[in-house]
Amino acid sequence: MNNDRKTSTPSKLQKVLEAGHLAVTSECGPPRGSDPEAITKKAEMIKDHVDAINITDNQTSVTRLCSLASCIHLKLMGLEPVLQMVVRDRNRIAIQSDILGAASFDIHNILCLSGDHQIFGDSPQGQNVFDIDSMQLIQTVRLMRDEGKFLGGDELNRPPRMFVGAAANPFADPFEIRVPRLAKKIAAGAEFIQTQCIYNLDKFELWMQQACERGLHEKVAILAGVTPFKSAGMAKYMKKRVPGMDVPDEVIERMSGVPKEKQAEEGIKICIESIQRLKEVEGVRGFHIMAIEWEEKVPEIVEASGLYPRPDLD
Amino acid sequence: MIVAKKKPIEEIIETVKDYDKILIAGCNECVTVCEAGGKREVAVLASALRMYFMNQGKEIKIDEVTLERQCDHEYLEEVRNVMDQYGAVVSLACGVGVQFMAETYAQSPILPGVDTCFMGVTEERGVWTERCQGCGQCMLASTGGICPVSRCAKRLFNGPCGGSTQGHCEIHKDLVCGWQLIVDRLRELNQFAEYEKVTPIKDWSTERAGGPRKVIREDVKE
Repeated sequence: MNNDRKTSTPSKLQKVLEAGHLAVTSECGPPRGSDPEAITKKAEMIKDHVDAINITDNQTSVTRLCSLASCIHLKLMGLEPVLQMVVRDRNRIAIQSDILGAASFDIHNILCLSGDHQIFGDSPQGQNVFDIDSMQLIQTVRLMRDEGKFLGGDELNRPPRMFVGAAANPFADPFEIRVPRLAKKIAAGAEFIQTQCIYNLDKFELWMQQACERGLHEKVAILAGVTPFKSAGMAKYMKKRVPGMDVPDEVIERMSGVPKEKQAEEGIKICIESIQRLKEVEGVRGFHIMAIEWEEKVPEIVEASGLYPRPDLD
Repeated sequence: MIVAKKKPIEEIIETVKDYDKILIAGCNECVTVCEAGGKREVAVLASALRMYFMNQGKEIKIDEVTLERQCDHEYLEEVRNVMDQYGAVVSLACGVGVQFMAETYAQSPILPGVDTCFMGVTEERGVWTERCQGCGQCMLASTGGICPVSRCAKRLFNGPCGGSTQGHCEIHKDLVCGWQLIVDRLRELNQFAEYEKVTPIKDWSTERAGGPRKVIREDVKE
């Protein structure tokens, strides 16, 4: 599998990137229940300010309405979903089956992930699957799309036409493996990358620089991940409790330095400043704005960051 | 070795309380090394049970034996002559030994006295850690001799997940990230370039997924 062969899919996200625009994606977390409005309302808030909307897949291993059904709700609204799929809960049969299910609704973007370990969620006593890993999931989607085949070798009818993405965390350890790991995801067939939330901009820039030195930024579209802090408490929580998250002390100090009622505003300000700095970083092709249970702030962030209006490619 | 840990005494009491005469059977192999089911643990458990039932005013006869192995017919035969004297046997062997004894002595209830945990090593006395899950298709040659199946909580084949922090696994700060170990070791071996090769999807049919397994060696069969 290689990326030299450019395959165009009907993905709007891919079109925005290929037209040379900075792409903007955001995400919606599905509800812990079956009310579709929990998804559609969030999507309404952000739909005019983003090119595509990720739907998380039982994030932090807490059981929720499934990503695929949520993506279908977005599709029915005429929006562009990015199906997040983790390998934690599905074996290769279920994975391929869900990919076909998504393709049957013309869902054109997929983000291939490992998934948080189930110990963090509401079912720590459950089994995990990990039949294949996230790298191999990328390969699986590319095989199904490009060769029209199942992993078992049989041909499949009406192959999925999906723009294939992966996550990258420049802040996890060991740091030296982070760029090689990106290279590996590209070799597996990733076409776009959404990164972990960036708070340590210096470290991100170092990672990007190393990626650019290897020419990786030309082989994959890297969307920089940002998440606004709602409070100093949230910043501290993310630093201490969220694995692989790098929140420098000066960011915590800045959040803590303003009165409680002003902290949300400060969090948004930091987020916008980050985007503005990241826009200048070589290799950054767009932004993935993860406003966790704070979707209503996405339009403000996008506008203040000079990323509005979104390109109209139709 | 197969690492096991002692079952809580309350759990064992619950399973043996209705018998008048029991045999506690240790095993001289793995469970002796991991100090869960050897001769000494047999004696300790027997004493504890005797004391408990004496305090309860219940008379129960408890005998002790430790076999060389409970996963071999040869050694299991050593208790054949005495088996009918006991209402039940508490086997302190691993789950393999408990089952093989049960298969050998169909008329006797064979009760487990340990919880069998994993295949592992003695890191230091009192600390045992997992090394192998018996997937049936060893790939240690390409991972610097460190197993991603048994040492990565997500059994990832292509590198550490985003939760690896300062050498620790995201699920527990006391747990080493298996991929950190692999990366460190590949570097030491001057095989760092190996890391960038994408490991293909694994065939799990030789693992538990393929159903109960069997190894047949015609050349050594009698």
